[in-house]
Amino acid sequence: MADGRAALTAMFASARSEGRAVLLPYLTAGLPDPDSSVEIFAAMAAAGADGFEIGIPYSDPLMDGPTIMEAGERALKRGMTVDRSLDVVRSVVERTGVPVLVMTYVNPVLHRGIDAFFGAAADAGAAGVILADLPVDEAVPFVDAATRQGLGMVLFVAPTTTAGRLEKVVAADPAFVYAIAEVGVTGERDRASVNTASLAASLRERSDVPVVFGVGIASPDQARQAAADGDGVIVGTAIVRRVLDADSARAAIEELTPFVRDLASAVRR
Amino acid sequence: MKLERPDSAGRFGSFGGSFAPETLMPALTELERAFTEAWGDPSFREELDGLLASFVGRPTPAHRATRLSDRLGIDLWLKREDLAHTGAHKINNTVGQGLLAKRMGKPRIIAETGAGQHGVATATAAALLGFECAVYMGEKDIERQALNVYRMELLGTEVIPVTSGSGTLKDAVSAALRDWVASVENTHYIIGSVVGPHPFPWMVREFQKVIGEELQGQLDGSKGHPRPDVIVAPVGGGSNAMGVFYPYVGDTSVRLVGVEAAGLGIETGHHGASLGHGSPGVLHGAMSYMLQDAEGQVLEAHSISAGLDYPGVGPEHSYFKDAGLVEYDSVSDTEAVGALHLLSSTEGIIPALESAHALAWITREAASLSGKTVVLNLSGRGDKDVQQVAAFDG
Ligand SMILES: Cc1ncc(COP(=O)(O)O)c(C=O)c1O
Repeated sequence: MADGRAALTAMFASARSEGRAVLLPYLTAGLPDPDSSVEIFAAMAAAGADGFEIGIPYSDPLMDGPTIMEAGERALKRGMTVDRSLDVVRSVVERTGVPVLVMTYVNPVLHRGIDAFFGAAADAGAAGVILADLPVDEAVPFVDAATRQGLGMVLFVAPTTTAGRLEKVVAADPAFVYAIAEVGVTGERDRASVNTASLAASLRERSDVPVVFGVGIASPDQARQAAADGDGVIVGTAIVRRVLDADSARAAIEELTPFVRDLASAVRR
Repeated sequence: MKLERPDSAGRFGSFGGSFAPETLMPALTELERAFTEAWGDPSFREELDGLLASFVGRPTPAHRATRLSDRLGIDLWLKREDLAHTGAHKINNTVGQGLLAKRMGKPRIIAETGAGQHGVATATAAALLGFECAVYMGEKDIERQALNVYRMELLGTEVIPVTSGSGTLKDAVSAALRDWVASVENTHYIIGSVVGPHPFPWMVREFQKVIGEELQGQLDGSKGHPRPDVIVAPVGGGSNAMGVFYPYVGDTSVRLVGVEAAGLGIETGHHGASLGHGSPGVLHGAMSYMLQDAEGQVLEAHSISAGLDYPGVGPEHSYFKDAGLVEYDSVSDTEAVGALHLLSSTEGIIPALESAHALAWITREAASLSGKTVVLNLSGRGDKDVQQVAAFDG
């Protein structure tokens, strides 16, 4: 069995040894269509992405702002399913070799069955799983399934997270901590997060678990600042918007290639 | 057996819990703490009881529907939540949560609404207690409940249209939760039913159980006040039903029946019968019965009644269903409109379409209820629905 968690650990270790953070772009699976979506991920890997979050669209994404909501609605309308999304994951892993995290919400996982879902994700070559509405309080069966399948489970902290909750998150031993950089749903902000330094410090006091910032990071400047405080940066809405706005997959790739290159050099600190 | 409180994980058996983004979790914990403390504080209870009496108009009467009783061959009573201020039971919860938000020092309130009754009740509590208030409402519901939109605006509340998904209650709840993820530091979310992550289902039940507690005193078995054999209530998210049922749950002498929306007919797939025809899953932060497809995507519900047009239901109802403590059945749009006409013309009370669902079940089952004392929880009045019924009747 391939060890997805180990692949994530190796990714962070090699970035740390180079004195930089990792760049993890997010894109909903199957946009604008499954084949082109694989091409877009391949282009982003070539432009310097260290890994990806690939979104399985969900009908009621509570953590997402209008852009990623629209991406999900479009993907669902075009018939994306869990299995088709995992096919995209499989192709991206085969094409690029970088670690891929599957990102979705709790219900599609429960509906398939936690073990069945994690098994299918592992089978597709995913390295880990992120569930936006899964707090540490409900995480035990998911963390256990991830361990059984050799996948890395990711857990969240937010600017509102209390010290007691931080302890619980660290104690659950996630593959990395997704530190929500802004109080709010996914979307672009016009200023840098004021929360990254304190979030990183309170985690570092307790553990050396990798810390990856996401939510509200949309520009190279914002990525540079977050990368200075953490081990990685997730850029979602800014990527998704470029794909939604593009007339064709080719146009999306032309937009994204320089953008991802700029982000990748920004996280090199 | 019914539970006083959900367990420490917020579960009623296997239902409930808190599947919410981490950003909200500390606020949910704080809410649980603040509510537990307030609910045990006699001064909070006194303030709430005072407002329920002088502002809401409680206790609401238990009224015998004499002509309809004769016609159906049963002893039919109406628990008159339609007479509560703003015209539905929703105000019991919004005044309670409003006082709690004040105690927690939150200056801003948000809510979702389907039929508009919860939105109006929230806007009313906000005006009474001095909060800034915004209410999310699906664009389809804005159309079919226009009267309530204007009422909210008169009360000083901003109504925010929700265009995502089906433009109904489910989408309004999702939009309100998204607002709360961003505003949680200064905002309290007054959720409108016994749904959502812990502690909402428990807290809203506690604020609504006054309905059943009053009924126990009103129909206490004394002369002319027979104890109920059957209590029937409509179930959208489940708050009015929970409120009237809860004090009776476990009393084997009383049959409790929750009525969901069968919409255009269960077989058409266009309905809102989450308990009757859904399966367990996580929607809006809690594990409960819900309508979902083979992929675990949430399905759109359908009902002529905006308040029952919801693909989920409160987790404690799921627990009651599986434990066999409450029965759940459903009636169609057509049956509900028929019942609205019936109550209007025989009793002089125009019921909300939601409440008309429960009456439709009673009229359908009347033969088997013969001679029994039956209580209909008349959860709201029908002014908001008059235009829609006129359109339905053509
Ligand atoms: C009059 C009335 N009854 C019932 C409902 C359904 O909600 P619940 O099941 O929470 O009582 C509503 C909701 O809008 C309502 O306005």
